[in-house]
Amino acid sequence: MKIAVCVKQVPDTWAEKKLTDADRTLDRESADGVMNELDEYAVEEALLLTEASGGEVVAVSMGPDKAEETVRKALQMGADSGIHIVDDSLHGSDAIATSLVLSKVLADKGFDLIIFGSESTDARMSVVPAMVAERLGVPQMTFANKVEVAGETLKIQRQTEYGYDEVESSTPAVVSVVEKINEPRYPSFKGIMAAKKKPIETVTVADAGVDAGQVGLAAAWSQVDQFSERPPKAAGVKIEDDGSGGVKIAEYLSEQKFI
Amino acid sequence: MPDFRLSPEHEDLRKTVEAFAHDVVAPVIGDFYEREEFPYDIVRQMGDMGLFGLPFPEEYGGMGGDYFALCLAIEELARVDSSVAITLEAGVSLGAMPIYRFGTEEQKQRWLPELTSGRMLGAFGLTESSSGSDAGDIATTAVRDGDEWVVNGAKVFITNSGTDITGLVTVTARTGTDEAGRPEISAILVPSGTPGFTVAPKYSKVGWNASDTHELFFDDVRVPAENLVGERGRGYAQFLRILDEGRIAIAALAVGLSQGCVDESVAYANSRQAFGKPIGRNQAMSFKIADMEARTHVGRLAYYEAGARLLAGEPFKHQAAIAKLVATEDAVTNAREATQIFGGYGFMNEYPVARFWRDSKVLEVGEGTSEVQRMLIARELGVG
Repeated sequence: MKIAVCVKQVPDTWAEKKLTDADRTLDRESADGVMNELDEYAVEEALLLTEASGGEVVAVSMGPDKAEETVRKALQMGADSGIHIVDDSLHGSDAIATSLVLSKVLADKGFDLIIFGSESTDARMSVVPAMVAERLGVPQMTFANKVEVAGETLKIQRQTEYGYDEVESSTPAVVSVVEKINEPRYPSFKGIMAAKKKPIETVTVADAGVDAGQVGLAAAWSQVDQFSERPPKAAGVKIEDDGSGGVKIAEYLSEQKFI
Repeated sequence: MPDFRLSPEHEDLRKTVEAFAHDVVAPVIGDFYEREEFPYDIVRQMGDMGLFGLPFPEEYGGMGGDYFALCLAIEELARVDSSVAITLEAGVSLGAMPIYRFGTEEQKQRWLPELTSGRMLGAFGLTESSSGSDAGDIATTAVRDGDEWVVNGAKVFITNSGTDITGLVTVTARTGTDEAGRPEISAILVPSGTPGFTVAPKYSKVGWNASDTHELFFDDVRVPAENLVGERGRGYAQFLRILDEGRIAIAALAVGLSQGCVDESVAYANSRQAFGKPIGRNQAMSFKIADMEARTHVGRLAYYEAGARLLAGEPFKHQAAIAKLVATEDAVTNAREATQIFGGYGFMNEYPVARFWRDSKVLEVGEGTSEVQRMLIARELGVG
């Protein structure tokens, strides 16, 4: 089985994220870059599948030079090789452009599965897996908390609010995973050493056969016009319990539309 | 010029263990500590990451790394908790290393794959109730009887000796007397569960409460003759070598604890308000933290240098003794200062700095007391 797993470098989950003043895109210097957490689950699932029945895992990332670290991390975990799509023209690309480039790079490479984390911690849109599936014309098996492949049949459990749906498709297919699916491994030192020797192919927008005018901030369907700092944390609301505390808390939560 | 920056591989390992300590160990270890419970699941995950195999070659299930890599892992764990750090340190440095360094090929094949994967823990029985710094003066005996050794005696303060996954303890024992009338000391491997080998209930300790420490009794314990580890009569020299490199690892553990004190103190000093401003704005607090950081940095450089010499195959005993002495005494100071910054909360067990304070003391004692380090350093200088 040949699996592509798409990984994204995002600002450290717990860091304060900032936008740049220049073009109001993500300020990548303001926080350490890490592999998007859900993508770790995607890598783990790809590794589990190939460890069980053989095959190959290729880690794919689109991002600036630094994003190579994230491809490398996937290789340290156990992926066999990497593809790093890097090009100045990609700066500021939206999900539509990202899915265009990814689908061009992933097409015709013989992947049985293309696995994504179900969302990134920075953009949090969850749309790229679906868009890539649509562009490639393959089933979109999204929000999986369980994945089984038998021959050319793929079965997933799709996580829903009330439980899960059982969904079946043929391969090739695009899968996105939720965090319930597994427990990602930490790279071992052996994996760290082995990753040094694994190949990472660098791909430009032109290599992918995409016109630079279709990607980047200028081509994005939406742009940030202005932004303001997050307001400082307001003081909490204190409810004295005079016997009606429970009701008051419920009223407050309801006012705030939490319940 | 010397270069104290880590190689990219060492740095990636350090970051990986840092993330593991932060995500897996930190959220739960306080509860294990409180219950004085050994964290089996955390140790299993450390094994899965290959931490117990770091300095061993792949043919024995190791990671093909080096002893310095082990020290980095120990430092990052100890930044969050010393119990798991000492479990790793003792498991590798005292449990597996004597077999790797001195054992026969059969012993290595039989024991190392289990030990390097962390599925099994090994222990090292050296100290006795009346033999600590004077480790050559032990009372435990091993007498050859046909194809067997018969071990009698007792060992104290033995780390990793009584867990559900402990598989063996290597004990030092008198196996005779040399021509000069001095005791001949050898190392004997005793598998857990051997009849006559009793593990006493765990100690009630001041610190390291999520680690496993016991007194061990050997009452006519019979093991096969081939369980001798290394040469007969070389047991003393062997354990000195083990302790020499172990000092670098303990220094790393102490530096981790010192760094943990800095991490916690910075966060607290910036958030706790007193007299209308964060307490860190008071020079009395900020200077304390600056001193803590400086001590940590110096200890780290000291153990990095000792580790670099070890890897280069150069003499390192002197540097290891200095690193151990400085890093452990500074860890005690940092823990005292950190608890002071936390005020009353520093005396509450639920705060990591209280754990650090309780854990720090033993660092000045275990694997060679501060006094022994001073003795070694002075001797090297031709005094004392």
